[in-house]
Amino acid sequence: MDTNKFNYILQQADNCLILGQRLGEWCGHGPILEQDIAMTNISLDLIGQARLFYQYAAELQDEGKTEDDLAYLRDAWDFRNVKLVEQPNGDFAQTIIRQFLYDTFSCYYYEALKESNDERLASIAAKSHKETLYHVKWSGDWVLRLGDGTSESHERAQSALDLLRPYADELVIPSEADQKAAEEGYGPDLGKIAELRSEKLNAVLSESTLNVPESGFTHSGGKDGRHTEHLGYILADLQFLQRAYPGNKW
Amino acid sequence: MNTESLEKHFNDKIEEDIRIEPKDWMPEKYRKTLIRQISQHAHSEIVGMLPEANWITRAPTLRRKAAALAKVQDEAGHGLYLYSACETLGVERDDLLADLHSGKAKYSSIFNYPTLTWADMGAIGWLVDGAAIMNQVPLCRASYGPYARAMVRICKEESFHQRQGYEIMLTLCKGSEEQKNMAQDALNRWWWPSLMMFGPTDKDSKHTADSMRWGIKRFTNDELRQKFVDVTVPQADILGLTVPDKDLKWNEESGHYDFGEINWEEFYNVISGNGPCNRERLEARRNAHDKGEWVREAAQAYAEKKSRNKAA
Ligand SMILES: [Fe+2]
Ligand SMILES: [Fe+2]
Repeated sequence: MDTNKFNYILQQADNCLILGQRLGEWCGHGPILEQDIAMTNISLDLIGQARLFYQYAAELQDEGKTEDDLAYLRDAWDFRNVKLVEQPNGDFAQTIIRQFLYDTFSCYYYEALKESNDERLASIAAKSHKETLYHVKWSGDWVLRLGDGTSESHERAQSALDLLRPYADELVIPSEADQKAAEEGYGPDLGKIAELRSEKLNAVLSESTLNVPESGFTHSGGKDGRHTEHLGYILADLQFLQRAYPGNKW
Repeated sequence: MNTESLEKHFNDKIEEDIRIEPKDWMPEKYRKTLIRQISQHAHSEIVGMLPEANWITRAPTLRRKAAALAKVQDEAGHGLYLYSACETLGVERDDLLADLHSGKAKYSSIFNYPTLTWADMGAIGWLVDGAAIMNQVPLCRASYGPYARAMVRICKEESFHQRQGYEIMLTLCKGSEEQKNMAQDALNRWWWPSLMMFGPTDKDSKHTADSMRWGIKRFTNDELRQKFVDVTVPQADILGLTVPDKDLKWNEESGHYDFGEINWEEFYNVISGNGPCNRERLEARRNAHDKGEWVREAAQAYAEKKSRNKAA
């Protein structure tokens, strides 16, 4: 098996799954019925993307495993998602800022991944890219509304941004898997994506009247399986039934 | 036209099964009855999201997780169509929600029961969506146009939910001993509350007569309940599960199942707020609404700024 490719695919699969799981926590509890539906929609898209990546990773692994084995039977140290996506929902502002920081990455990432020399990855990227364009529009519009809405919404959005900014750049700092993927042509150069993304981020954030905190420090380690305390609890929820009833079919 | 001839015109339409539309004249009592029934239905969809949302993060496979998300999202959509149908009768969604949050408006009592295991996702789809379909299919022919049209869309999705729920049960019943027990336990807990979804017996139902006369309702509570039992018992047999009613038996003569007495004391208890989750469900809805207030204010303030800028 191409271990690097396997790890590389899991990075994005795990990003999608964990963020989808987080958004799913909002279901039934959203601030406005229409936005409850929107968050569930994005969650559904993310779970769908995760499945496509896991299915492919399981095929590459060729051990007779399934998407569910990968999602449900690995422990935290084998998860390769960035720390941003495991951050708690917090208030609606925190969810929006987290989403926007992620979407501004994923839309450019998928756009570039469409050019992958791995056809399967290219086709997953093509499908996901369309979805992500809608996500970034949604989260970007909400950044504007919250940042430039009322003084309360502005304050909430600003403190969410201050809180999450240090988690934003792990997405564009290449891991070993990212580097090798770029060298071999099945993954894009994250440097270019970082530029496009920061342009988009700055444009929307300045229109929203929010201050972009000086990016002094970046939390990283997620791509190598070193996570925050949150991930253990996310997995406890996610994996409960598979762990409690090993081998059962659902 | 004077009120009398308006009323005659209205009654003639009802008689001839012609749909009443928002701009048509209608008796005040008809309008009130519709608002009460449609908003109650809308609230049920919204509160009904909660018991199933409870299992989204714990769904046992990614396929099931996606299906659960999609289902709960459908219910939110049903709530939206129904609030819109209500708004055609001259009430605002905000006022309807205020009545829900104050406890003035009712919603279906079934959602005051807890979801304790994954099998409850199956049982709710199979039984609760199943009972909802029995209740709602006749409403696709309800006399009020916007309501009837909303119900056509809703019923299509509910029957999909019902099949999906039954398929969860089927999978569990073909599974391990523990999974079968889980399925039986869910049936034990959801059977009677599902029968209660059809409301009080005909002799105790205070709204039935008016609703039938106006073509808002087409069958009585007891007729629908019987139909549900007749359809559902054979499905339980296929699953190999036992319906928790010792009086249940096929009656050759009537061509229907006889079934035991519903515990009406429990029914009225849950309606009056003493169900296992009444407090939690209402609190969750209030919480979502209250915590969302600053979000709604921000959206409005931003929209106003934008339209001012456009005008300037
Ligand atoms: Fe529904
Ligand atoms: Fe449903």
